[in-house]
Amino acid sequence: MYAGKIRQILLITDGCSNQGEDPIAMAALAKEQGITVNVIGVINEDRIDEQGMKEIEGIALSGGGVHQIVYARQLSQTVQMVTRKAMTQTLQGVVNRELKQILGRSQSLEDLPPEKRGEVMEVVDELGETVNLEVMILVDTSASMKSKLPTVKEALIDLSLSMGARSGANLYSVCVFPGKNGDVEKLMDWSPKLQALSSIFPQLSTGGVTPTGPAIKVALASFKQKRSLRSLLSGDDESSFEESV
Amino acid sequence: MMMNHPLKNPFNIIPGTVITGKWHRKQFKVIKELGSGANGTVYLAQHGNMQIALKMSQDGLSVTSEANVLKSFAKVQGSALGPSLLDVDDWESSKGLFSFYAMEYIEGPDLLSYIKQKGRVWTMVLILQLLNDLAILHEKGWVFGDLKPDNLIVKGPPARIRCIDVGGTTQIGRAIKEFTEFFDRGYWGLGTRKAEPTYDLFAVAMVLINTAYPERFSKTIGEIGQLRDAIRKKTELTQIEDVLLKALTGKFTSANEMRSELLQKISGIDTASAGQRKATQPQPEGRNTTPSGSPAGMSRTALKQQRQSSVRQAKPKKQKKRRVWMETFFIFLAVSFLYFFYILFKVI
Repeated sequence: MYAGKIRQILLITDGCSNQGEDPIAMAALAKEQGITVNVIGVINEDRIDEQGMKEIEGIALSGGGVHQIVYARQLSQTVQMVTRKAMTQTLQGVVNRELKQILGRSQSLEDLPPEKRGEVMEVVDELGETVNLEVMILVDTSASMKSKLPTVKEALIDLSLSMGARSGANLYSVCVFPGKNGDVEKLMDWSPKLQALSSIFPQLSTGGVTPTGPAIKVALASFKQKRSLRSLLSGDDESSFEESV
Repeated sequence: MMMNHPLKNPFNIIPGTVITGKWHRKQFKVIKELGSGANGTVYLAQHGNMQIALKMSQDGLSVTSEANVLKSFAKVQGSALGPSLLDVDDWESSKGLFSFYAMEYIEGPDLLSYIKQKGRVWTMVLILQLLNDLAILHEKGWVFGDLKPDNLIVKGPPARIRCIDVGGTTQIGRAIKEFTEFFDRGYWGLGTRKAEPTYDLFAVAMVLINTAYPERFSKTIGEIGQLRDAIRKKTELTQIEDVLLKALTGKFTSANEMRSELLQKISGIDTASAGQRKATQPQPEGRNTTPSGSPAGMSRTALKQQRQSSVRQAKPKKQKKRRVWMETFFIFLAVSFLYFFYILFKVI
């Protein structure tokens, strides 16, 4: 089986950015590098900030990812669903491009009759099971998120449980914004498990500003750094889905 | 692109709307909405002179995936687990292109409402049916995944349990994609989310626990400790505690093994206590319940007696089984005896 790699940024926030670069532009930049940006907006009962909503939609749209607004208590289910959906979407994009090459410009998955589409979907499902996944998780720790952080922690550990059941490898890294010193703080470097979070998360302090843009920028740098480090170590040319984007 | 919003339903198909498939040109007239979930909305619709269920979603991928599962179910002979698939198509509506699939409409109350109406004595019957179906499903290489009372419909009469949502059904060895926390062993810290028969058996145990705790409960300390405490607080659960604990900790190797142990346990239980039934049996009501179709002319009490006697049959059946075994044993003994003499004579 072809073992490619999928790279995602998962942004968990509850509102508007108010410091640094434009997060929507940063998300577009991520997309250009073959990294999809998914956003989960965590809200309190029934209260949605129109402007925050717009930004969440905008980031996911320009980042080529998925977005979802949820109540804090539904977070666990959502985090894994969004990650999975985005993964399937990326794979579907890859398959779609292959189809276009084979069948001609105008053809895409939607243009296939349902029977054929079913067969293609089997392939996408199979890929989703075996593909390697790298997720950079960005957690908003501005003051209004304080009460939601324990739920976020649970949801992330749950995510690693869900994705860990696949046969493909998983790598996660976690950043919080704002950090202790500066805009962004790396909480956990690339690791196959998220369980380590249970000891780190309770000590988190929350701050005032929401530098979403800078956080995405740091995430991108982290992907790049990781790649150069790895190619330096093993010298291999890693196959990644980004090339085809 | 997924644009789900928790506060609004993306479709608003008005009853009476005729949906024509883009590919197969089949027509479905929407009667009403049956339910809506994260992955789409299910409608009751008319196709020719048949009532069918129509699942529509903005996410064409999940429709295709689910239709794939239903298609492979069709190849499984004798399995009554999922609804049968009738059609997969796209609908070009004014709001855009939506994928949908049409399936058999399974009508009846869900598991918990059924038990509430007809009495607890039905719990075991239906769970035994379910385990039977799961055994077939597992044998064919699938795990149901999102097993919960809401997804279990009791059709009938005769009462027969059916599963209506196959969104979580996964090939053995892959990762479970859709689940509900209360019924998920990962949530309770009692296992992975890999699709294995034991994953479903855990959920079956939780379904049983759910019948005693209709409100469910959330995780405090989690793991087996909390669940064991919950079991011990309800008499109907303590009676089958061993079986539940074994299922919760993944000790059963197959659905059949769990089924036979459960059967053994309940044959030992005094039927009088298990058979506690509501004194008044309200006529089934509500959205999709079938009127209890008692054979014409048969009075209510007669029906009751019939039902009770069917409960009492549980015990003699076991004795009958033992008698059958004894018979086999004697025949075997007699035949080997004769054979022994035959050889003896040959030698002489």
